[in-house]
Amino acid sequence: MSVLEFRNVTKEYRVRGGSRFRAVDGVSFTLQPGRTIALVGQSGSGKSTIAKMLAQLERPSSGEILLDGEPVARRGRGLTRYRGEVQMVFQDPFASLNPFHTIGHHLQRPLLLHGRASGSDVDEQVAKLLERVQLVPGTSMAERKPHELSGGQRQRVAIARALAPAPSILIADEPVSMLDVSIRLGVLNLLGRLQREENLGVLYITHDLATARHFSDEILVLYKGSVVERGPSNEVILNPQEDYTKRLLAASPNPETHFGTGRAAG
Amino acid sequence: MNDVLLSVTDYNIVYEVEQPVHAVRDVNLELARGEILGLAGESGCGKTTLAYGINRLLKPPAVITSGSAVLHDRDGTDIDVNALTSAQLRRYRWDKVSMVFQGAMNALNPVAAIGDQIDDIFTTHRPGMKRAERREESAALLDLIGVGRDRLKSYPHELSGGMRQRVMIAMALALKPQLMIMDEPTTALDVLVQRDILQEISELRRTFGFSVVFITHDLPLLLEISDRIAVMLQGGIVELDSADRIYRHAQHPYTQRLLESFPSLTGERGAFVRSGDGSQSNGGSAA
Repeated sequence: MSVLEFRNVTKEYRVRGGSRFRAVDGVSFTLQPGRTIALVGQSGSGKSTIAKMLAQLERPSSGEILLDGEPVARRGRGLTRYRGEVQMVFQDPFASLNPFHTIGHHLQRPLLLHGRASGSDVDEQVAKLLERVQLVPGTSMAERKPHELSGGQRQRVAIARALAPAPSILIADEPVSMLDVSIRLGVLNLLGRLQREENLGVLYITHDLATARHFSDEILVLYKGSVVERGPSNEVILNPQEDYTKRLLAASPNPETHFGTGRAAG
Repeated sequence: MNDVLLSVTDYNIVYEVEQPVHAVRDVNLELARGEILGLAGESGCGKTTLAYGINRLLKPPAVITSGSAVLHDRDGTDIDVNALTSAQLRRYRWDKVSMVFQGAMNALNPVAAIGDQIDDIFTTHRPGMKRAERREESAALLDLIGVGRDRLKSYPHELSGGMRQRVMIAMALALKPQLMIMDEPTTALDVLVQRDILQEISELRRTFGFSVVFITHDLPLLLEISDRIAVMLQGGIVELDSADRIYRHAQHPYTQRLLESFPSLTGERGAFVRSGDGSQSNGGSAA
């Protein structure tokens, strides 16, 4: 299993007028097998810039991203190996699947490209993957096109695709915020179960503090590109130290504090 | 003056396509003056269709097949919304009932200053107003909503999402309507901005006494801001009760399921799936 280290990473963008905008400022964390880290913060806090750098879509201005202690290669076999180890689940399952291709096609490609299946057993592997994300029966699901699936089903396909190369790290960027509320927990619980089964290291990027708390071991609170608070999930949510974290918590709707907790006593 | 602002009776809306979709089914509700009613439900449950019906914004193939919506006007007359002619509709909409749409902040005209866009409302609905009066009224609205009159000449792209959404709310308030329908007005915004805007809405409600129908799937949010909550499922209202009772004593299994879909922020870790809460609170309700 691999360890992914994000070491003192800064990302600056040039803006009009020649000045620079620092989107991510000296952020460090380590993703280890079997542990989930949540990255929370409001829009513009740098969450997605971090995800883009982890996906190798952007390069850090300074600092390093290390896979098992080695800098990540920018091209060739090294990059392929990185992609085999680090996979993404994106926010919008309506945009992340190609409407022209079957579900099976979406899963065959990573399986074949990363040598996890051969031409003869690829269909069987696809069906297995689909069944692991509770899309059954896998063989008939594989024949469908994305438009025949609901949002929750599509997101399960996106998760299956991310698992296809058998990665050790999963980056989930707001994986449930586009889904209907009643199926969000189902998808999150599925991610949690797969994480335990595969001993994955997961980075859960979200603005939802409640799921961050229950879904992750550690929370990093990001504000204007910097980590302002970090710690075990329960600590950060129940006993926040920083003003910004407190403000964020106070602004989140919470019926428990609104109505008091005396529900059973009522 | 009547305490009820809006009565919706046996209301049905059908999308008359090849296989007709019964989007709103036998809805009955009474909205009190000054009340915030939350309308909760998932995509496709009919909450937006219902709101559109009340404002007569439906387009074919959507048809109001039966039932009525009656607005009890401040001056004592009853307005049968279904019977309004298009000329009457022009006066009814925005004047009596205004609407803030989902993603409304992107509904502003990008090539017109926001002051001019607010001005348009007065030019259309209050033709008697003088230019200077309109300008002053627009400026006052921007002050009221916390954007500030110095933004009158700003273009939408010069404002943040939260500020644009405030401008939309200012526009919805312009004619002092008796009912504001807000369809996911803060869904696209940050929690901090959302909190500010919600506070603004409840203060304005206290000041002006208008009623609000607040549509969202975010039940924890509704529980905090609403007086009463209607839960919709497949076009029908399955439960309608005070926010407090919905939270503590939800009766319908779907309401309970919806509540359980939101993990608790500060509750026990085991409450990730808050099953059991429903039965517990039912037991307590006997007291």
